[in-house]
Amino acid sequence: MTRAFAWIYLAVALGFIFLPVGMLVLFSFQDGRLPVPPFNGPSLRWYADVLGDRRLMSALGNSLIVAAVSSAIALLLGFLAAQALARYRLPGTLLMRVVLIAPFTVSYLIIALGLLTLYNRTGIGLSLWTAGVGHVVINLPLCFAILYAAIGDHHRNAERAARDLGASEVKVLALVTAPMLMPSMLAAFFLSFTFSWDEFIIAFLLTRFDVTLPVEIWSLLRSGLTPRANAVGSLVFLVSVSLLLLLELTVFRKVRR
Amino acid sequence: MARAHDNRQGWGLVAPALIWTTAFFVVPFLMMLALSFAKMEGRSVVTGFFPDNYIRIFTEPSLLRGLVVSLEITVTVTVISMVLAYPLAWIIAFRVPERWQRLVLILTILPFWTSYVVRSYSWLLVLGQNGVINKTLMTLGVISEPISMSASRFATVTGFVHFFVMLLTLTIYANLKELSPNYARAAQDLGAGRLATFRHVILPLTLPGLMTGAFLTLVLCIGDYITPQILGGNNELTLPQLIMMQLGRRGDFPMASAMAVVLMGIVTLAYLFSARWLRIDRL
Repeated sequence: MTRAFAWIYLAVALGFIFLPVGMLVLFSFQDGRLPVPPFNGPSLRWYADVLGDRRLMSALGNSLIVAAVSSAIALLLGFLAAQALARYRLPGTLLMRVVLIAPFTVSYLIIALGLLTLYNRTGIGLSLWTAGVGHVVINLPLCFAILYAAIGDHHRNAERAARDLGASEVKVLALVTAPMLMPSMLAAFFLSFTFSWDEFIIAFLLTRFDVTLPVEIWSLLRSGLTPRANAVGSLVFLVSVSLLLLLELTVFRKVRR
Repeated sequence: MARAHDNRQGWGLVAPALIWTTAFFVVPFLMMLALSFAKMEGRSVVTGFFPDNYIRIFTEPSLLRGLVVSLEITVTVTVISMVLAYPLAWIIAFRVPERWQRLVLILTILPFWTSYVVRSYSWLLVLGQNGVINKTLMTLGVISEPISMSASRFATVTGFVHFFVMLLTLTIYANLKELSPNYARAAQDLGAGRLATFRHVILPLTLPGLMTGAFLTLVLCIGDYITPQILGGNNELTLPQLIMMQLGRRGDFPMASAMAVVLMGIVTLAYLFSARWLRIDRL
């Protein structure tokens, strides 16, 4: 591949990748009713409109709560399971790994339909938490896999030392293992968080009156092209990217050192 | 050594995750599987063991068409995305200077984090009747009437390819960086040209990563509802769109379940087909 061709390909590819998001952000500053050329502005009226919209803001709050709680549960369960399978010689370890990873290879739509069937059969009413349960299901394999890969032999030695000094098993986990795995724990938590707070189909099928932000945005999109959707989309993008930058600058920088 | 005691602790640690996955994933799936063999009479569900739903999926033209459309779109998207992503990952890994690679890679996957629902919508801004492309071409005088690009399979595929090029670039890049440069050097010392080196050495070595990426693309693409719903128009419906239609307008849960089982069957077949290259446990 010649050098010039490589740079042209890179430029075109980046252009393609940034074209839609660029238009999204640009026309969120549109001073007019339609987010299409010609561009008039910049104006912040759609941001003011979105930030003053009570339904969107309460959906935003719901999303943050569901993401935080479901990621925390997924992280805790994944951490304990990873520790168990990495440390103890349990019969059927391979089978357990397969079961724990399995939801990762199944479409969210199928997970949502399964849970919907379960809730219908058992008469459980739909709420934010019935969707949250689904978010734990999709994020548990991720947390488990990340932490399982991160646990190494040097952790084992530190744990042994702590036990020899009389620490209880709970103390070993909370005060030795967890802090040593902190970078991976944070990575697993934040990845789960971004997946959960951006997830649509499970939240759409398993919530009823209180909905999450993606579901609320979906009903906004049904009215066609509007700069309000651009403004919400740009804000969501900003939050996700800030979270990732934070992660990159704190956790991953330390890991590489 | 109190081995039995140790193991009891191990079971205690793994139990919560296993119970959660069983209660909220395995059991619901089995219930859905059972429901797929029920059928509707009027507005009520008759449980039993009826193959009716499955027969209908494979015989009724509108339903079978959904299956075919889904498969066609998924295969098209997977192939195009891989063909576009491979050179991009290659360029980032071997042409971009080492110190800039991480930055370029982060830039390449940045739009990955746009809101999932909004990502397809933002392609409407580009491809729509009044969109950027049409407006630009008309201002330049290339066309006099807007070309219709949105509400078509072209738009759906474009939206999907955009997403999966980012995902695949990331996985292929990681794969290429794992390769020792000695392989290529050895091949070239033995007289292989650049193309032969690529075909017989680099490509086979990156095949596991490629297949993992392709499998991930297939799972995510074939089960997606939003992208075809926003970009595809009403001319053709994919399997997930048909499933949502059964749930919504018709309230036919058994049929929706049967279609979901078929969807899962396709993914399982693809998995079995590609299992020897996959390293799901290493994801």
